[in-house]
Amino acid sequence: MGNPMKIRAAVKEGVTEVKILMQHEMETGLRKEADGTLVPAWFITEVKAQYQGRTVLEAQFGQSVSKNPYLMFRFKGGSAGEKVTVSWVDNKGDNRADEATITG
Amino acid sequence: MSKEIDLGRRRAITTGGGMGLLALFGGVSLFRPGDALAEWNKPAFTSKAMDEALGSLGATSPEDNSVFIQLTVPEIAENGAVVPVTVSSSLTNVEQISIMVDKNPNVLAAVFTIPQGTEAMVTTRVKMGKTANVVALVKADGKFYRTAKEVKVTAGGCGG
Repeated sequence: MGNPMKIRAAVKEGVTEVKILMQHEMETGLRKEADGTLVPAWFITEVKAQYQGRTVLEAQFGQSVSKNPYLMFRFKGGSAGEKVTVSWVDNKGDNRADEATITG
Repeated sequence: MSKEIDLGRRRAITTGGGMGLLALFGGVSLFRPGDALAEWNKPAFTSKAMDEALGSLGATSPEDNSVFIQLTVPEIAENGAVVPVTVSSSLTNVEQISIMVDKNPNVLAAVFTIPQGTEAMVTTRVKMGKTANVVALVKADGKFYRTAKEVKVTAGGCGG
């Protein structure tokens, strides 16, 4: 189980803006420790954001996405008090799901 | 005496056969994590060259278009580990947005699927090993378009 995400969702003029900060090392598999041993690749591969059971964004990540990945996007609809759910899976099969309440 | 030896040999054969079966099942279960990630486009994400990545995404010869794709990146990135990238498009029916870095060991950074009702705009942050072109690839109405911008990196983002 990964560390919790920070999710902000705010609706303005009928459009909900979602900002997500995931906590993940996003190891490329190319970095070496001081003693020369290769640090194995460890990164988020898939992210999904849902609103009322509907997928509002899907992403696939490679190793080039920065440590502690940040995402921002907007979808039509959403009302204050409703929930947005975000989940991710990494290449080791670990996963995490968090939700946020849309603010007005 | 000879009977005992014989039994021992038979046991060894039986055990060996069991081990073989175990190995077979072990092999099968090893494939499972891969199956679970079947949707993750492995050929695209392990591409070492731009053409290979484009091909794996089904975008062999995307049309250059900087009018309908807006790519926002810094001109100079002091920290290659965290380069903010925003891609938006004024094309209609945008289905997919991808971000690539042409000089990174794996050129493809991210692929976003944009469902109906979601704006054709995403912001994320990528790592850049050195000065390179950031490429935005947009799929709209089944057709691919691309644009690119160079980002000068003063400190690489891939650690030691």
